[in-house]
Amino acid sequence: MLAFAILIVIIAACLAAPWYAQNISQSDPFASNLDGSITLAGQPVDIMQSADTGFGVTPIGPTWTQKYFLGADDQGRDVAARILFGGRNSLLIAAGATLICLTLAGLIGIVAGFSGGFVDSILARILDILWAFPVYLLAISLSAVLISRGLKLGPVTIDSDSLLIPIAIIGIVYVPYVARPIRGQVLSLARSDFVLAAVCLGVPRARILWKDILPNVITTLIVFAPLMMALNMLTEAALSFLSIGVQPPAASWGTIILDGEGLLYTRPAVAIAPGLAIMLTVVALNFLGDGVREAFDPRAKIRVQK
Amino acid sequence: MTAPILIAENLSKTFHAGRRFGPGGRQNIQALSNVSLKVYPGETLGLVGESGCGKSTLGRTLLKLYTPDAGKIIFQGQDITRMSERALRPLRANMQMVFQDPSASLNPRRRVGDLIAEPLRVHNYGAREKIQARLEELMHLVGLAPEHLSRFPHEFSGGQRQRIGLARAIALNPSLIIADEPVSALDVSIQAQIVNLMADLQEQLDLTYIFIAHDLAVIRQAAERVAVMYLGVIVEIGDTDTVMLTPAHHYTAALISAVPEPNPAARRARTILQGEPPSPANPPPGCRFHTRCPAAQGRCKTERPELRPYGENREVACHFPL
Repeated sequence: MLAFAILIVIIAACLAAPWYAQNISQSDPFASNLDGSITLAGQPVDIMQSADTGFGVTPIGPTWTQKYFLGADDQGRDVAARILFGGRNSLLIAAGATLICLTLAGLIGIVAGFSGGFVDSILARILDILWAFPVYLLAISLSAVLISRGLKLGPVTIDSDSLLIPIAIIGIVYVPYVARPIRGQVLSLARSDFVLAAVCLGVPRARILWKDILPNVITTLIVFAPLMMALNMLTEAALSFLSIGVQPPAASWGTIILDGEGLLYTRPAVAIAPGLAIMLTVVALNFLGDGVREAFDPRAKIRVQK
Repeated sequence: MTAPILIAENLSKTFHAGRRFGPGGRQNIQALSNVSLKVYPGETLGLVGESGCGKSTLGRTLLKLYTPDAGKIIFQGQDITRMSERALRPLRANMQMVFQDPSASLNPRRRVGDLIAEPLRVHNYGAREKIQARLEELMHLVGLAPEHLSRFPHEFSGGQRQRIGLARAIALNPSLIIADEPVSALDVSIQAQIVNLMADLQEQLDLTYIFIAHDLAVIRQAAERVAVMYLGVIVEIGDTDTVMLTPAHHYTAALISAVPEPNPAARRARTILQGEPPSPANPPPGCRFHTRCPAAQGRCKTERPELRPYGENREVACHFPL
């Protein structure tokens, strides 16, 4: 339950991002602010300070006050506000990709497992081919093409900076990882005694699928959801870090880590803070996954009552 | 005698295992080979044999849960062998199955009431109130309380679960129930309860049973006639008492002598079989039992014995019956 509470807090904080930017940090997290200054303890402080040694400038570090709570990045933008905005994109992409992944995987797994024979062989081979690609290589090549050109499929046009691109890519690359176990489960359910019993009772196939197989599969999918979301979140961060996920000026936790990379020695908070955000979210999602699995096991209710 | 409710003629069923180009090649496992059987209304026909002899396959094939490769199944005068599942559906109400493992044959995610109501809904039994009334009646028939309807299968003991399985099987008032080892997953004390319950239901509802078991004591209590199977064939079929007391097939004799004798003073000659049953993927030619039969002769190795009448109400597939 703690995991769930943490997630709620994270989601609420990310939803409150515009409010935070307007009322607390009072700066536009998407516009550079290289010449500005803020007042700290009665003293004006430049946001971009000249470096202690050598040339160049160093952004302001964590002030632990309203403005620039976590400091600024190399464009003089408020990192705390950017993390909240970035979290929206990270969560949205992870959730969207999870939705796409589970829907496709559930559909493919059920069709393959329940129809068997030729259809099953074809679908299983397609999944094998998709599986044979290293996930990141596939994602990188897909995004490299899609992000440079956008996508035009008949009436559907997706801009090259649309979030739909990373959502679709991340959703699709993980389909085999979910579809395989689902297919296996449907296969074993289709041969289980209770399905045999249903056949014997004269229950039509469609009704068996709907009443006996689907509820079991849906539970598996729901159990998969938080775990896949965690995985998708990591993948999104990795792709954005490689600048083939979310495109600037939009932010995600992955792009903020990338922004922080160059400041790692002087202002490590810029990279560490979104890293911690990712870690916290992923750990919470994984714990939530465990909790969901136990909650959906009808036999586990006895334990709860004790 | 009245007309049989179920006739099986020369049923064969082969399962395929392995891959054609895989290690060991494709194996054809002959689970049933030319099995013929008649079941009469109101009787209980026992089906015994060791594991892997094809008794469960026979039970499932008779219900068309498996499609036979050859042979005919005639149920209540209708040939159902080549019937489509759609055409068969109305007939399914008349033939039901009880499974060995009640926890596997009841969907763990559905409530008991939902599970038992499923056949009623599928066969358009009637409105919700009518179904509810029938559910309560069924629960009463199998010795459970109506308030159990809203529970999940895992909240019951094994014996109670088997009662739920029975309630579902009798929901549509079938004439034939094939019980596939209905008691072998249960405690001995519960076994008797279920066997007695099945006998009571048989009396009240005019049921015909095919009772599959590997426990001869259970068969003796439950069945009037018994068919003994070995490696996909029926080797002997007849009245339970006759077969049990004076077995005619050497395999039946060995099977019966393997049952422990509760009276230590009663000494008897025991037939002890050597070796394992041969693989059904590669059954021996001639009589399938000749590799282990104490009385096997040259003829047994080449010529397959057919089921032939032997005494009253009994058929034996042996060249040299006891």
